[in-house]
Amino acid sequence: MRWRLLSAVFLVMTLVAAACGDDDAATTTTGAAESCEIADLTLVTPGVLTVATGEPAFPPWVGTPDGENFDTPESGTGFEAALAYALAAEMGFSSDQVVWVRTGFDEVITPGDKNFDFNLQQYTITAEREQVVDFSDPYYSNAQALVAFPDSAVAGATTFADLKDAKLGVQVGTTSLDYIEQVIQPTAQAAVYDTTVDAKSALEAGQIDGLVVDIYTAYYITAVEIEGSVIVAEFETPAAAPDEFGLVFAEGNPLRACVDLALAALRADGTLEALEDQWLVGAGGLAVISG
Amino acid sequence: MTLTPIERVERRGPRLLWPRRSPRTHEEGARGALIAAISTLVVFGGVIALVLSSDAWPRVQRQFFDWTHFKASFPKVLSGFWLDVEMFIIAEALILVIGLAVAMARSLRGPAFFPLRIITIGYIDLARGLPLLLLILLMGFGIPSLQLPGVPNSALFWGVAALIFSYAAYTAEVYRAGIDSVHESQRMSARSIGLTQTQSLWYVVVPQAVRNVIPALLNGFVSLQKDVALVFVLGVREGLREADIYNARTFNYTSYIAAAILFLLVSVPVARFTDWYTDRERHRMQAMSS
Repeated sequence: MRWRLLSAVFLVMTLVAAACGDDDAATTTTGAAESCEIADLTLVTPGVLTVATGEPAFPPWVGTPDGENFDTPESGTGFEAALAYALAAEMGFSSDQVVWVRTGFDEVITPGDKNFDFNLQQYTITAEREQVVDFSDPYYSNAQALVAFPDSAVAGATTFADLKDAKLGVQVGTTSLDYIEQVIQPTAQAAVYDTTVDAKSALEAGQIDGLVVDIYTAYYITAVEIEGSVIVAEFETPAAAPDEFGLVFAEGNPLRACVDLALAALRADGTLEALEDQWLVGAGGLAVISG
Repeated sequence: MTLTPIERVERRGPRLLWPRRSPRTHEEGARGALIAAISTLVVFGGVIALVLSSDAWPRVQRQFFDWTHFKASFPKVLSGFWLDVEMFIIAEALILVIGLAVAMARSLRGPAFFPLRIITIGYIDLARGLPLLLLILLMGFGIPSLQLPGVPNSALFWGVAALIFSYAAYTAEVYRAGIDSVHESQRMSARSIGLTQTQSLWYVVVPQAVRNVIPALLNGFVSLQKDVALVFVLGVREGLREADIYNARTFNYTSYIAAAILFLLVSVPVARFTDWYTDRERHRMQAMSS
């Protein structure tokens, strides 16, 4: 029931956003048309849009959920890969003019010039990160979810109180840790892992009861990475702390304004929503854990 | 009083070839200090000036040396660092004991001890040959996954166990070098007065051996102090991991500087102590031989 309500609210918001987006696109295209010509853009390699993602890049962000085109953003399959090509097309680039480079998650935060125009690998927009790099407008809103084995102590959890004594694990550099510490607040400190592989091992070794990850990582983990694991539930996202993904730009990169325009246009004409529907499994039907 | 050139050299030492360790007069000391100060100033000043003059320095400073981030991350890093301290103290105590036992087992002679020697050699080869990170992952995740009854499944426990497993092998080799450095006549003499092989090792050879290898043991200890941080791969929230978490959250590296300072605060005193001890031993040996 709760989910229905949330979905309805989300739908209304999307429609409103879409309506607003229309206006934006209409008013700004005339003013910014000149500066957003390919020839005028500040690009790492002139005439080419250099896009960065992780290595390897996982479905559903890159490649199809059944494993086809795994780690092949050039295929344009997967939500982020498809979004990158949609943005490129919106900005006037042909598919051949999109070049992919790979970066580690941390590499993006080293001082110095970047070797990409923008980077997309599920970077959550936070105020702290915004001091070091620039983010685009959000292209996706995310929720946290709990992954565990069906026989785990947390398998039947429905409230935060049920997780009070749980030993939870997260992957480093995700907002899931903040979510555990600020919202769930279990007694035991959450364990922090470098990779999902390590977290999986800890889960199998019985060192943690469950894993907190964002919902679409949860779909991938349960479907592909950790055999036998299930999504116990998704967590209620507090309205004050939305978890939204943004494209990362080098600090002060003027390209951002043009990419934001393209993103607004994709949102306005429904492309963004269509891509979500195509690549990201609908999150309905999951139980919700709340306070 | 006239001295021959050779007597003069003998008296003051071969100055040009071997600068003396401690200056003999205040004047020379003052001059030496001045030269040291100037050369230090030139070298370090030059490097610092070069770094600070870079256009990108303010950005680097903000990324790595930001006081606000330092203050914000330090309490978390410190709380995690205490776990590092506990780990390396407990691990070192067991490493010293196990390493010595292994070295002694390997030093026992005679055909009856052959299987023991084979086992210790196999263990040392294995533990030294495998990357420490693999050992930690293998023991930290692998053993608990077997779900054997009565075996702890704590990541922290097995992480420290892996460190001990690896370091005890290196330490055994250090001890063995020490045991080999004790002259054969010591062992012979001990045997000749009726001590058994084990007794002569324990009462005669080992005390001299340990004394010879203390600097090497301390060196291993310093190395361990940093390597304990590797258990962070098992999800353990020690100091370096806390710094890592802060870095991932804020995109700022200053938290690693906070961790580095803490690690230096424990390793530098041990290094200076090693120097002091080595010096003292050398003086002792020189006193004995003259």
